[in-house]
Amino acid sequence: MFTYTLPILVIPALMFIFLGLMDNKFKPMTSGILGTIGLGIVAILSYIAAYDYFFSVGLIDGIYQKIIAFNFEWLKITEHLHIDLGILLDPISVMMLVVISTVSLMVHIYSFGYMNGERGFQRYYALLSLFTFSMLGLVVATNIFQMYIFWELVGVSSYSLIGFYYTKKSAIAASKKAFIVTRFADFFFLVGILLVSFYSETFDFISLTNPENNELIMKTAGLSFLGISVLSWGMMLIFMGGVGKSAMLPFHIWLPDAMEGPTPVSALIHAATMVVAGVFLVARLFPVYYLGTPEVLTIIAYIGAITSLFAAIVACTQTDIKRVLAFSTISQIAYMITSLGVSGLAGHEGLGYMASMFHLFTHAFFKALLFLGAGAVIHAVHSNEMSAMGGLNKYLKITNITFLIACLAIAGIPPFSGFFSKDEILVAAFHSDKILFACLYFCAGLTAFYMFRLYFNIFWNDNNKEYEHTPHEAPFVMTFPLIFLATLTCVCGFIPFSHYVSADAMPFETHINWAIASASIGVALIGIGIATKMYFKKSEIPDKVADTVKGLYTSAYHKFYFDEIWVFVTKRIIFEGISRPIAWFDRHVVDGFMNGLSWTTNFVSQKTKNLQSGLVQDYVTIFIGGALVIVLIMILI
Amino acid sequence: MNVPIEAYLIVSTIMFFVGVYGFLARRNLLTILMSLELMLNAVNINFTVFNRYLFPGQLDGFFFTLFIIGIAAAETALAIAIIINIYRNIQNIFVDKVNNLKH
Amino acid sequence: MDFLSLFVIIPVLMLLGFIPCRNIKQVRAVAVIGATIELGLAIALLFMFLNERNLGNTADMLFMADYLWYPALNIHYAVGVDGISVVMILLSAIIVFTGVFASWNIQPLTRDFFIWLTLLAIGVYGFFISIDMFTMVLFYETALIPMYLLIGLWGTGKKEYSAMKLTLMLMGGSAFLILGVLGIHFSAETADGSLSFNILEIAKANIPMEWQRVFFPLTFVGFGVLGAMFPFHTWSPDGHASAPTAVSMLHAGVLMKLGGYGCYRIAICLLPEAASEMAWIFLLLTGISVVYGAFGAIKQTDLKYINAYSSVSHCGLVLFALLMLNKTAMTGAIMQMLSHGLMTALFFALIGMIYGRTHTRDIRDLNGLMRIMPFLSVCYVIAGLASLGLPGLSGFVAEMTIFVGSFSHPDMFHRVLTIIACSSIVITAVYILRVVGKILYGVCTNEEHLKLTDAVWYEKIAVIGLIVCVTIIGMFPHWVSDIISGSINW
Repeated sequence: MFTYTLPILVIPALMFIFLGLMDNKFKPMTSGILGTIGLGIVAILSYIAAYDYFFSVGLIDGIYQKIIAFNFEWLKITEHLHIDLGILLDPISVMMLVVISTVSLMVHIYSFGYMNGERGFQRYYALLSLFTFSMLGLVVATNIFQMYIFWELVGVSSYSLIGFYYTKKSAIAASKKAFIVTRFADFFFLVGILLVSFYSETFDFISLTNPENNELIMKTAGLSFLGISVLSWGMMLIFMGGVGKSAMLPFHIWLPDAMEGPTPVSALIHAATMVVAGVFLVARLFPVYYLGTPEVLTIIAYIGAITSLFAAIVACTQTDIKRVLAFSTISQIAYMITSLGVSGLAGHEGLGYMASMFHLFTHAFFKALLFLGAGAVIHAVHSNEMSAMGGLNKYLKITNITFLIACLAIAGIPPFSGFFSKDEILVAAFHSDKILFACLYFCAGLTAFYMFRLYFNIFWNDNNKEYEHTPHEAPFVMTFPLIFLATLTCVCGFIPFSHYVSADAMPFETHINWAIASASIGVALIGIGIATKMYFKKSEIPDKVADTVKGLYTSAYHKFYFDEIWVFVTKRIIFEGISRPIAWFDRHVVDGFMNGLSWTTNFVSQKTKNLQSGLVQDYVTIFIGGALVIVLIMILI
Repeated sequence: MNVPIEAYLIVSTIMFFVGVYGFLARRNLLTILMSLELMLNAVNINFTVFNRYLFPGQLDGFFFTLFIIGIAAAETALAIAIIINIYRNIQNIFVDKVNNLKH
Repeated sequence: MDFLSLFVIIPVLMLLGFIPCRNIKQVRAVAVIGATIELGLAIALLFMFLNERNLGNTADMLFMADYLWYPALNIHYAVGVDGISVVMILLSAIIVFTGVFASWNIQPLTRDFFIWLTLLAIGVYGFFISIDMFTMVLFYETALIPMYLLIGLWGTGKKEYSAMKLTLMLMGGSAFLILGVLGIHFSAETADGSLSFNILEIAKANIPMEWQRVFFPLTFVGFGVLGAMFPFHTWSPDGHASAPTAVSMLHAGVLMKLGGYGCYRIAICLLPEAASEMAWIFLLLTGISVVYGAFGAIKQTDLKYINAYSSVSHCGLVLFALLMLNKTAMTGAIMQMLSHGLMTALFFALIGMIYGRTHTRDIRDLNGLMRIMPFLSVCYVIAGLASLGLPGLSGFVAEMTIFVGSFSHPDMFHRVLTIIACSSIVITAVYILRVVGKILYGVCTNEEHLKLTDAVWYEKIAVIGLIVCVTIIGMFPHWVSDIISGSINW
């Protein structure tokens, strides 16, 4: 039935190999066009698959079925454990297919304009294909190990794309940091997989997440390690992998630096798709979390809430527009994570799950739009810094409008998509835990504030700025994706998402809770209002405010010193504290021992060789001495 | 006059160790050769004395002595020939100078 | 004439072929022809082996041949292969083949270099095909001796010191080894009461436990020295750093595998009871190797030292997995040997090519090579990614098999050690990316280096050949894991 989904994975993979091998033999445009056409086909196939799944075959007996479109055994490890590669279609994976292929296609088109004339244009498109392939493979994974495989591939393609400008020092450092931090988190993920699969004896998602008679939960019942149940350890460790990829505290440090990559890449990887892998992972394993380890789910919710608040505060102080967006991404993803954390499984209790996926869906489009818009701005003024911008509404008309739409969406103003999904999240949090709700609610206000701070600083607040070169609107290949994504942002909030995606795969009805909705609109408007007051025109207020809360402002500006802590851990502890002593120990103690052996041998032989003087008389002396000693002994005994 | 056997043995022992000392301490090949002769003669004395005192009716000890004298003469002739050759080569007959093969 | 002996006879014929050679071209021709024939034979052997197995031949060893060689001591020249040997022979053939191309321009005494290299190859092939312990040790020693001359004559840096150190340490190891082998020989009570060197017969025999306890450490340490087990690994950084390219490739790629293979064939398979009793000591040592090697690599500045320490870490993982004593982990160990062999050979080949151009291996003196030699740089990145275990390249499948297998050990001690060993994947990423960032990325500041050129055809053959192998194993691990696990009767 769904065998036509296979090309969704195969086309980008072949495209990567093909473009990668040909590299400079193609003209830049040829590579770009080939890549885009390939991705166009992928997108069309994804839409067909989504249509087929949601409207014709997916729903059987009121439940969305998990359909394995394709599966083969890739590596057999033990009798029970084997790594399969395959395609699993269920509501969330189909939804992700649509999201990824759409955003990726937009980025492919946009990059024609943005990357035009860059050295390594062909390599760029090859890597985009690799990324798309890995991300698609990740979401359709039939088993947790396939997910891990593509998880790593995603990490590598992200690494290569962040380091795309490999002659820039900061880009090299950022790419290295991104890879190593996520790799560190993946180590926990791997250990989690080992632990879980050891008990479950399967990697397969369908049997792992089976809500009834879950073997994993039954087999681990009663087992504990250091006072915490084994399953909690396993699921917590797996979640740590998600923490790394989704840039939650304390592994968030790589994401702001990842903005060193080309802006379209940030839009695709570090806003819309890869960073939500952690959310997707938790959603994928949600039944296990909910049924087996509810306490881990609570931890997940709190990690999400704290991260969300943290990132929102930091975002208010950053001056690099891409970094503001990066922190806003962290904050929004944390929203999704929190929402999953407060969710239940059945029917209306599963609102949080649905809301999380809904927010993932809407966020992907408006955040990609924000990044692409920021890209257009950077393209026009050749800088990332807010201070270099202002008053651009006169020059960049389309960018201005689309950016405004995205800002309104992320702030949660109806009728834009962000409002609907954010409202569901708030409702879910409200019904579960009031502290979390308060946290998210405050964040909603902050979000509106910092987004409009960004917006006004870029497009208004002209400060009578004179530009050396008059900024000009981006070419059509760049504005088209903006318009397209803006349209999506306007309409996709009206999708009755709960009809398609839910925790127990059964459609249910949701209604907007107007009490909470009006409260959230209120706080968003307050945020926007303050931002307007402070940033619409040049004013003294921001500096004054910064002065009054100087301590908070400085620490937020320095991202609460997390980077410094990590640098301390890596440089001082791992490099200087472990690695250097080991290198020294190896050279001087272990090797010194071996060298000492040879030195001793040498020394002893140097000394003993003098006994062999070569003079017969010396030998005779010893001979006679020896004979006398023997005679003496014989006489005495 | 009855000389006790110990008297002969003391003489021969002294002669032998004088020979040993000379053999070890001297560097001159000729003196070494002479020391060697001393040791041989000490042995000769022992042979004759033991034959005379322990087995008066037999002649084995005396024969051995004669053999040793004969061999010693041949040996000396040979050794002196070698020594002369060494002297011709290096103008020297000190043992520690004869080390051409060592280096 | 049996098929397997061809692996030894052809290098011998190559040796004869080198004698009339008058110039470098003829030498190269003989070397390339010989290596190609060997590679062809190895591939043929693989398919013949698969064919036999498909036909239902389930004997432990296939293609056996046995000649009585020294009747007084019952020493045979006995050959035979199972899946593990087939894979190892294939690995050796690939690396010898690519090694020949990597040492295309070796100077001086080209002919002598190839003669010694071929002698080394004889030792390696002979070791992998033997099933008689005595001939095994014989070939083992044959492989060690040429190493001394190859490093001492054609090496760089402190070559005499390194060559001497390497040879002495490995010889020290083989002293233990010979003791152990003779011990096994004399203590094994075969069915008919005779003393045998044949490992198949010894495997059936019963060796008293008190003797096993003595001989297991002897043989394991003996082979472990060659497998770079902590604390007997220090020959490896110096040796590799001084060795010429092809020798580094062969040494890290194949010779270090002799250690792992020997540990499996002799120490573990012949002395299983002692192995399970004493495994924990060596697990600790090898576990240390894994993490220690990786940490050691972070702070090095010489490319070859980095790679040598990385080899300590990866080969530590091989022995670590073997000692887990279960089928999955052992399969993983053999796969890791294969994968590490290819990967590290690729690394050394690339380092050799970079060194040949820039005349420095110090990462502080190198930067921005990506713009100057894109081909070599991209290949270096691929090698690095294989080393840090990127899915789709060989390192990943081997490591994952090892981790899953080791973790399935019922004992908590083993599982904790596995987690510690797992952490090496992070540390590996650190040192690999550090090197890649330092030498390949950035802007080249050295005027001299700007004039350098990219790889030429014979270098490309070597590099591409290895990359293709690494990728094939990484993409389609099924066949290789099946061949290997089919031969492990644990």
